[in-house]
Amino acid sequence: MNKKLNVSASPHVRSKDSTSSIMRDVVIAMVPAAVLGIFNAFKMGTSVGINAILIIAVCIAVSVLAEYVYEKGMKKPITIGDYSAAVTGLILALNMPPYIAPWIPAIGCVFAIVIVKQLYGGLGQNFMNPALAGRCFLLISFAGPMTQFFADGVSAATPLAELKANGLASMLGQYSLTDMATGMIPGTIGETSAIALLVGAAYMLYKKVISWRIPVTYIATVAVFALIFGADGMFNFQYMLAHVLGGGLIFGAFFMATDYVTSPITPNGQIVFGICLGLLTGIFRIFGGSAEGVSYAIIFCNLLVPLIEKFTMPVPFGKEKK
Amino acid sequence: MNKFVARIYNGIIKENPTFVLMLGMCPTLAVTTSAINGLSMGLSTTVVLILSNMVISLMRKIIPDKVRIPAFIVIVASFVTMVQLLIKGFLPDLDKALGLYIPLIVVNCIILGRAESCASKCGVVESAGDGIGMGLGFSVALTCIGAVREILGAGAVFGFQFIPETFHISIFVLAPGAFFVLACLQALQNKFKAPSATNTVEGSSIACGGNCAACAGKICASNQKKLDDIKAEAEAKAAAEKAAKAKAAAEAKAAKAAAEAKKSE
Repeated sequence: MNKKLNVSASPHVRSKDSTSSIMRDVVIAMVPAAVLGIFNAFKMGTSVGINAILIIAVCIAVSVLAEYVYEKGMKKPITIGDYSAAVTGLILALNMPPYIAPWIPAIGCVFAIVIVKQLYGGLGQNFMNPALAGRCFLLISFAGPMTQFFADGVSAATPLAELKANGLASMLGQYSLTDMATGMIPGTIGETSAIALLVGAAYMLYKKVISWRIPVTYIATVAVFALIFGADGMFNFQYMLAHVLGGGLIFGAFFMATDYVTSPITPNGQIVFGICLGLLTGIFRIFGGSAEGVSYAIIFCNLLVPLIEKFTMPVPFGKEKK
Repeated sequence: MNKFVARIYNGIIKENPTFVLMLGMCPTLAVTTSAINGLSMGLSTTVVLILSNMVISLMRKIIPDKVRIPAFIVIVASFVTMVQLLIKGFLPDLDKALGLYIPLIVVNCIILGRAESCASKCGVVESAGDGIGMGLGFSVALTCIGAVREILGAGAVFGFQFIPETFHISIFVLAPGAFFVLACLQALQNKFKAPSATNTVEGSSIACGGNCAACAGKICASNQKKLDDIKAEAEAKAAAEKAAKAKAAAEAKAAKAAAEAKKSE
């Protein structure tokens, strides 16, 4: 009888998941997209490829360091061990064009970690996705380098920018839909290849790190919106596929909109959230001033999450429905 | 003359309208995109503030108490119109940069606040000193905030660029930058426990922090005054009771001593 029987308060059955195990799965899921992004960057030149690796390394290092320094300075428990800062850094890095000078994303990382995440109380308290807020901060601050893309050494428009500026036919002349699926298009490091992103997303769905609700409703809403309001007439499927594959939609839908802290926890709320995201992205892309709208749509909908949760609270088992 | 200098010191340092009283936040956030914009907004406000303070002070005995706010606004608005037309005529570029915020000086709470708390109570010289002090304090604050935003966002001070364009973080000259800079300033003020409207040193009994100058004439101020009166009355009563008790005790003691003295005789 040397075993002690502890009587403790519930819950008695615990999941093996922890913040760090989930964050590790997210990192693993982003590896294919990151590797393909680096490979694409190397195809544009060795210096671009090295720069892409440098961006990823700098972002992760600066994010973790910023979290450590802030928590040390404020005499708070150090939480860099849960990998959440590293995930923020990696997402931000994959949102950068591969030719950008690494000090620019480093500023974005400090902004994301210190101002968006830590000032509001650290992981679980931030009201907005830190990586995306950092990206929007950089997008406004360094509009030139953040939106300049190259293909084969010359300045080139991303498929969505080309689609917005010169229409579908001109865009399809430059990039085929298979190029968009495999990622042979100009864009940020992580967003270009739909296939690599979907491999990572499948891993996360298999591991039950994310649910299908937000990404599927998000992408479906954008697709329907593009079909109805498309610039080249209604029900143009090529136009719709260009919108789904050509920008940051898949990356945003699976890796950024599903952030636990800034998305609803109620199942119905997640569907409402996905539809809101899709509508806003469609409006920003088709009627707005810029070609891309995923980042702004996600950080805007992050602000709606408390409202969405309030109105989609499920009825507890046994309680009468009103 | 001493009072005049004291008012100026009070306006720039002790009760700086932006840093300490935290009044007039709207122009502070909106026009401080560069040091020169901040300075010109501050100086325009200073001119209006000095003139309106002086006129209101001169007319303080004529203006009926019940309609004083409309009367103040009419006086302020006439000076703002003059300043606006002068700027439009002689500095059209500045007019373009400040835009709507020049006419909005009319409803700037610094001006109305000073009219309420100083000009409607004090003499002309003192009111003019108050106008100069508050105006200069506002100008200094706006210029500082504008300079910080200009350095970060455009790499320049007063238009002299010294940081190459690649390193400009242009969000700081846009609207969010104003909030970032002001928030950092407040954080530092709270950290170092510097006096400010949200951070009073002695700790007031009032929840709002006790900056009554800003609330003069409002219902909360009169309520607070009533509360203070009741408190003071209760204190006076308690003190009187205590004194009476002490007196009675002393009398009893004296009587006892007298009785004892009688006994021992």
